[in-house]
Amino acid sequence: MPIARLLIANRGEIAVRIIRAARELGIATVQVYSAADADMLAVRMADEAVLIGPPMAVKSYLNIAAILKAAADSGADAVHPGYGFLAESADFADAVVAAGMIWVGPAGDAIRVMGDKVAARVAAVAAGVPVVPGSDGRMADFAVAQGLAERIGFPVMIKAAAGGGGRGIRIAQDMAELERLMPQASAEAKAAFGDGGLYMEKVITKARHIEVQILGDGTRAVHLFERECSLQRRRQKVWEEAPSAALPPAMRERLCASAVALAEAVGYKGAGTCEYLFDDATGEFYFIEMNTRIQVEHPVTEMITGIDLVRDMLRIAGGEPLRHAQADIQPRGHAIEVRICAEDPAQGFKPGPGTVTTLTVPGGAGVRFDTMLYQGYTVPPFYDSLLGKLIVWDEDRPSAIARMARALDELQVEGLPTTKPLHQALARDAGVLAGDFHTRWLEPWLELNADSLGSKV
Amino acid sequence: MSKQILSPLPGTFYRKPSPDQPDFKAVGDAVAIGDVIGLIEVMKSFNEVQADQAGTVTAFLADDEEPVMAGQPLMDLG
Repeated sequence: MPIARLLIANRGEIAVRIIRAARELGIATVQVYSAADADMLAVRMADEAVLIGPPMAVKSYLNIAAILKAAADSGADAVHPGYGFLAESADFADAVVAAGMIWVGPAGDAIRVMGDKVAARVAAVAAGVPVVPGSDGRMADFAVAQGLAERIGFPVMIKAAAGGGGRGIRIAQDMAELERLMPQASAEAKAAFGDGGLYMEKVITKARHIEVQILGDGTRAVHLFERECSLQRRRQKVWEEAPSAALPPAMRERLCASAVALAEAVGYKGAGTCEYLFDDATGEFYFIEMNTRIQVEHPVTEMITGIDLVRDMLRIAGGEPLRHAQADIQPRGHAIEVRICAEDPAQGFKPGPGTVTTLTVPGGAGVRFDTMLYQGYTVPPFYDSLLGKLIVWDEDRPSAIARMARALDELQVEGLPTTKPLHQALARDAGVLAGDFHTRWLEPWLELNADSLGSKV
Repeated sequence: MSKQILSPLPGTFYRKPSPDQPDFKAVGDAVAIGDVIGLIEVMKSFNEVQADQAGTVTAFLADDEEPVMAGQPLMDLG
């Protein structure tokens, strides 16, 4: 049954994004908001807005009871969770369905399986998707570890089977070190968890982060090619592109096919992303996890495929089958997204909420700015620092980078610090232009280039 | 003469380092300059609030987990 009235259980730029997609489908929108968000853009745009609680997220955007009450009171028949907050809460998904509404996303059980690292690894192996080489569970003794290390190659990481929080983790560069470290790691695991069991994983030292976008209707799944998000700071993506500059065509085909296999194996419904590490040196890729929601960086995929992912999520949730055959989805050109955050790159990325006194949005061919900002808006201090995403498309990667530099020059946000100077510096960097980076590239680069990240007027 | 410690930033005020730990300071505690009296969470990053005056805590003016503005009084010192 098509959705008639959609509640958006999120805030910021993604709430705006969802309202736009809903409006194009003739769906009415209900925007929930906290007491700190009465002035946000999504509240102004939605057909109806409902206050759900005080500023603290646990009392508002993470408050399942308050959101369900808002949905019932406003007559919503569906809930879109966006990303973050409750987007990957299987319990919330189940509660929405139990309340008689449509959940815009995969079933609670699919979220549960893919959200558990061990279960997701098992599902991936069963679907024939390569995972980081290692032991399937605990190793009986050193002889087993020795045989495994010989097979997968050093360096290897040994971890507490019962553990978490980094305790009991050791990295061994060779067999002698492995033999020396195993008793230590086992003793530490025993002391911390009462269980000295260890498992092993290969250490991927220099990897690129590559992820595959998929859409599924519960029966069939298609991929919409990959995104590369190797430029990260503190494991947060900073700059994303599609396609990856590093992936040979044959590898792309295998990678994307593996994501479709995994999605179909779990009966996946909606938009999802399979994340992989891609080892430049060996040309191997390894599944790490699946995100069962729309992602921040989805627009780069929309730009190269021409497919509106959020709108398709709403159609699928409303009961339509997938609208595209795999062969109909063809990538064209190159797209880049940069995250504009309320942080000062010249001061260690210190967050800086405040009031937008001037806003000039870049325009022209191939430029898109998905944002929560408007002139006069006061960015509250209680939530994520993401203000908007500047996305460009062009025929090829060098042109797209030049277009990004041009669009960044046009973008003016005054009244609070933003990460624009970081992206301006990246768009001029030889390593970025060459596409020669990996997930641990940006942090040392930031230390070396700290002086060039000051705000330029 | 009454002295106050003001929030240096807008955000969420926390009186304790983590939910299962005791408060940084209680009413009646001595406060020295530089003592941490609470945390302010701004956009998911946590910042220590250090006392810029010394004295004895006579009252809290903001609750644990309360949203505060920059410059808002957090505690009275006697």
